[in-house]
Amino acid sequence: MLTALIDYESGNLHSAQKAFERMATEVSNEEVIVTSDPDMLRRADRLVLPGDGAFPACKAALVEKTGLYDALLEAVKIDAKPFLGICVGMQMMASFGHEYQTTKGLDWIAGDIEPIEPTDPSLKVPHMGWNDLVITGTHPVLAGLNNGDHAYFVHSYHFILKDQAHRLAHVDYGVEISAIISSGTRIGMQFHPEKSQSTGLRLISNFLNWRP
Amino acid sequence: MLKTRIIPCLDVAEGRVVKGVNFVDLVDAGDPVEAAQAYDAAGADELCFLDIKATHENRGTLFDLARRTAEQCFMPLTVGGGVRSPADVRNLLLAGADKVSFNSAAVADPDVIAQSANHFGSQCIVVAIDAKTVAPGKWEIFTHGGRRATGIDAIKFARTVVLKGAGELLLTSMDRDGTRAGFNLPLTRAVSDAVSVPVIASGGVGRLEHLVEGVTQGGASAVLAASIFHFGDFTIQDAKTHMAAAGIPMRMS
Repeated sequence: MLTALIDYESGNLHSAQKAFERMATEVSNEEVIVTSDPDMLRRADRLVLPGDGAFPACKAALVEKTGLYDALLEAVKIDAKPFLGICVGMQMMASFGHEYQTTKGLDWIAGDIEPIEPTDPSLKVPHMGWNDLVITGTHPVLAGLNNGDHAYFVHSYHFILKDQAHRLAHVDYGVEISAIISSGTRIGMQFHPEKSQSTGLRLISNFLNWRP
Repeated sequence: MLKTRIIPCLDVAEGRVVKGVNFVDLVDAGDPVEAAQAYDAAGADELCFLDIKATHENRGTLFDLARRTAEQCFMPLTVGGGVRSPADVRNLLLAGADKVSFNSAAVADPDVIAQSANHFGSQCIVVAIDAKTVAPGKWEIFTHGGRRATGIDAIKFARTVVLKGAGELLLTSMDRDGTRAGFNLPLTRAVSDAVSVPVIASGGVGRLEHLVEGVTQGGASAVLAASIFHFGDFTIQDAKTHMAAAGIPMRMS
C-alpha cells in the first residue's frame, strides 16, 4: 500500500514524513512518499495533506501545481481513497476559509474556517500547546485513543462545522474546538499527530491500517 | 484545557550543544539530537534549539540539526539563530522545525515577520525578544546576545511584531539570564499583558518555584529553562509535579 504525503510547498513536511515512515515500518508492504506529482496521487492508496501555513497560501499552492488539484479531487472524491488532513490540511476540507480574506476551500465537509475568539481575554491566540481530547464519536482511526489523551495544537483559526455529526473529538479552549472530524473516507485532525508523541503516532498507525 | 508548557532550550554552536547536557547517561553529552531524544522521553512539552553562533556560512548545520532531530523526536521543535528571511523559515520548516524564531532580523526590519507570517501562518513564527531593564518599569531591546543596545522599547516592540504576525514571543530577560535568580516578573507580566499571543518566559530559572512564578505572576503561557534541566538539578517531571501542585494545569504522563 502506498501513502502519499502531498507536497504543496507549505508545511512541516519532513517531520510528517518521518512520523509516517516510522509507523509504516510496523505495517507490512507499506510505503510512504512525499510528492506533488499528480500521477503518484493516482497511484497512491491513501493521501495525507499535512499542514502548517496560511489558508489562502495553501489553497493557492494546491491549485497552482499543474494537475495536482485535479488528481486530488479524483483520488478523494471519485476513487474514495482514505484521506487525512492535518491542521490547515484539515481546514482545506471546509467550504470557505476566512484567514486574511475569504477563500474557497475543497468543500468536502460543510463549514467555515473562522478565527478563534475566546471570550476570556487571558486565553491567548494562537491556541498553542497540549490540550486534552474529549472524544464524542467512534471511528476506526480512534482505536486505542482515550478520553483525556493530549494532542499538540498550533493554530489561530478553527473549523466551524455546519453539521456537528462530523465531529469525533474536540478540546476546550474557552470555546469548543473541533479536534478530529470525519466524513466518509475523509478524516481531519486539527492538531499535529506527527508532533503528539505516542498519542499522535497511534493515530497515524490507525490511519495506515484503516480500510474503509 | 490547554496546559502550560515546559520547554528545555539547547544552545548550540556549530551543531554541538554548548556546555553539554548531563542529566542522563548520554553517549555524547554534546550531541543535540541525543539530548533532544532524552528530553522527548522525559516528557518535555516542546524543545527549543538556538544557534548562538549562527552566521550565513554555517546555517547548514542548523538545517541538518532540525532534520536529524525530526527523524527521532515526534514532538514540537522551535529553531532559532541567524534566521533572516522567509526563505530561511521555509528551509527550517522543511527540515523539520515546527516553529522558527527570529531575533535580530526582526529588530532590523519588523516587516520580515509580516512576510513570513503571511506565507507560513503566524502559528510558526516566533520572535525572540532579548530585553534589559533600563529604568524601573522600562525595558529596552538588546541584540547580539545582549551586547548591543537598540534604544527600542521592549513593550512597544512586542506589540509591533505581534501586529506584524508573530504567533508567539520568546521573552528573555538579559538582566536575569544565567543568574538563577528567577524570571524578571514585571517584564514578563508587562509583555504578556500587552499582547494577545502566548509568551514564553526565559532567563534566570534556578529553582522550581521560579517556573511557577513565571506563570502565576508573569502571565507566561510557557516556561523555558536550560541549565536546571541540563545539569540534572531537576527533571522535567519534578518541574511538572511542582507546577501542578501549585495549581497550574500541566500535561502529566
